[in-house]
Amino acid sequence: MIFSYERTVLKNSDNITRKTSIKSVFGMHARPASGIAQIAGSAQGGVWLHANSKKVDATSILDILLLSATRGTEVLVEIEDQKDMEILDKIIDFFEIGFGEATE
Amino acid sequence: MNQSVSGQITIRGIIGSPGICIGKAYLVDKEGVNLIKRYPISNAQIPNEINRFKQAVSKAKHDYAKIIESIDKTIEDNIDILETHMILFEDKMLYERTIDTISTDKINAEWALRKVAGKAKAMFQQIDDPYLKARVNDIDQVMDKIMIHLVGAQDKKISDINKRVILVAQDISPADASQIQLERIKGFVTDRGGKDSHTSIVAKSLKIPSVLGLGKATMHVKNDDILIVDGSAGLLIINPDEDTLFDYVDRQTRFEAYMAGLERESYLPAITKDGITLNLMANIELVEEIVAAKDHGATDIGLFRTEFLYLDLRRFPTEDELFYKYKELAELMLPHSVTIRTLDINGDKVNPYLSFVEEANPSLGLRAVRFCLENEPVFIAQLKAILRAAAIGNIKLLIPMISCVEEILQVKKVIEKAVKELEKEKKNFNRDIPLGIMIEVPAASIMADHLAEHVDFFSIGTNDLIQYSLAIDRRNPMVAHLYQALNPAVLKMIKMTIDAARKHKIDIVMCGEMAGDPINIPILIGMGLTDLSMNSASIPVVKKIVRNIDSQKAKHSVIKIMEMTTVKEISEYILDEYKDILPFMGGTDPKI
Repeated sequence: MIFSYERTVLKNSDNITRKTSIKSVFGMHARPASGIAQIAGSAQGGVWLHANSKKVDATSILDILLLSATRGTEVLVEIEDQKDMEILDKIIDFFEIGFGEATE
Repeated sequence: MNQSVSGQITIRGIIGSPGICIGKAYLVDKEGVNLIKRYPISNAQIPNEINRFKQAVSKAKHDYAKIIESIDKTIEDNIDILETHMILFEDKMLYERTIDTISTDKINAEWALRKVAGKAKAMFQQIDDPYLKARVNDIDQVMDKIMIHLVGAQDKKISDINKRVILVAQDISPADASQIQLERIKGFVTDRGGKDSHTSIVAKSLKIPSVLGLGKATMHVKNDDILIVDGSAGLLIINPDEDTLFDYVDRQTRFEAYMAGLERESYLPAITKDGITLNLMANIELVEEIVAAKDHGATDIGLFRTEFLYLDLRRFPTEDELFYKYKELAELMLPHSVTIRTLDINGDKVNPYLSFVEEANPSLGLRAVRFCLENEPVFIAQLKAILRAAAIGNIKLLIPMISCVEEILQVKKVIEKAVKELEKEKKNFNRDIPLGIMIEVPAASIMADHLAEHVDFFSIGTNDLIQYSLAIDRRNPMVAHLYQALNPAVLKMIKMTIDAARKHKIDIVMCGEMAGDPINIPILIGMGLTDLSMNSASIPVVKKIVRNIDSQKAKHSVIKIMEMTTVKEISEYILDEYKDILPFMGGTDPKI
């Protein structure tokens, strides 16, 4: 028990998170969700999105949609594997450019 | 549902596209898909079962890819949906969880897929957001396509149909619709599909009689059953008895003859028998629609909805982008007027993607002028574009969703700001344009007498006025039948608004769907309305009624109607009193 507990803690402490928010006025809909899922799909480890006190798998469009995130929602992007830094950057960039949609 | 002794079954659904057709049923439902077998598998069979599932997905994707390739690229709506489906096929939530379920539950792929999709659907159904709720249909359609390959059933191909039939399906996906050859399909009916579904978009684009959301039509209809689809009333009649059939054959003939006659007469002026001229105008949202509006005999553009450009660009257009659109419109319509309604975002007209903040109840939320006043730069850009276009053509400015006097005063301040900016930028513009407000919130109707002091015209937006007055969401099939323009409370609101406008000698227009529905015309004329704006397709019908009506008689009718207390009483009275001039139109036929 203790071992697995420590392991969980260790694993979590290795995880890297970055904060961003939804800039697009259209919020999270199918197109950006599939964009994120495609980027996250090539990760070595797990990629997660946290928002509206939900945690979802960033490689699943349906999961991402379930965040029901609208413009202004804060989103935390989490990766489990340090090798996925580039993927984390890409996802953050995608958020920051407002998914290439209207942001004002 | 209603079954008669003779076996005739009548089911009420949601109007997809109006018109009547009679023909034989052709069930496109995939045999076997509804009967999903459930059987356990052994450990040794797991890899095989997973493989079978993967192959089914890959075949379904292959089918889709072919459809996307063959589809008319101009129907972009459909392409978007199809591409989303394409990605959903391998979405973790469906794909990997089905594979997991096969191995952990040791059950067959069909059952695993159904279980997983069922869970996913339940999660989406819980969310109080129409866009996300509608994703349930996407999951269904994707699941169905995989299921077809899993059970090995031959998907009855819509493209294989070789006689003129009425399609009966659980749902028509955009992929299905793209294969429909109109010369072979008279109409269609579906079990699923609400007002906001993809199926509804499909129905509107196909323009053949259709009824949606029938619940269990596919269970009651057998192949080659005789069906009547009354798209105007939202009815499906299965195995009609002889009387009904004769009645509908007659109605269909009259309907078609009437429609043909209307088109021929649409160029004639809209003058009542006693010489009152009505101004029948068109509601449009694209500059391209001007041609159809003129063809149907519209004089002016009574309502130009401006949301399209915003939704199309998916960003806020610049002042110049808006100006060039409005300028083109104004020039094309000269010397006639164009009433430009400022951004009416949110509510039922909006692209579901466009939610700015999470609102539990968007139609009562930050929409239309409320949104514009909160987002002043957006509003100013549009006002400047409108004022600039007004220097070129005959333009009127219309503000939606006004609910109190303060709002109109605020709007005027913003207009002043827009004017100052234009002066500073030395742009050519015209600030002396008529300023009007939509009367679509009950509060505005009650306060019409005071609002009239601040504006040049009113435009009654009946769709929202009815919805807000009666507290009816007409997209909700449980209550949609209670959405009634002839509700006496609605008529009182309208009369009050007209009286206030007349007292203050300002212009008054009606631009909701109510203005385009034949049964309402005697009342509207009787109340003294002369400016009606509607979808251009309704103009010929309305014009024909106008040309046969006597406004004095209509005035007397209104006096009587205002004493009546039920919708039934009112509609029966009109249908009886005006039976000679009201055309056969399914939705208003007393027999239904």
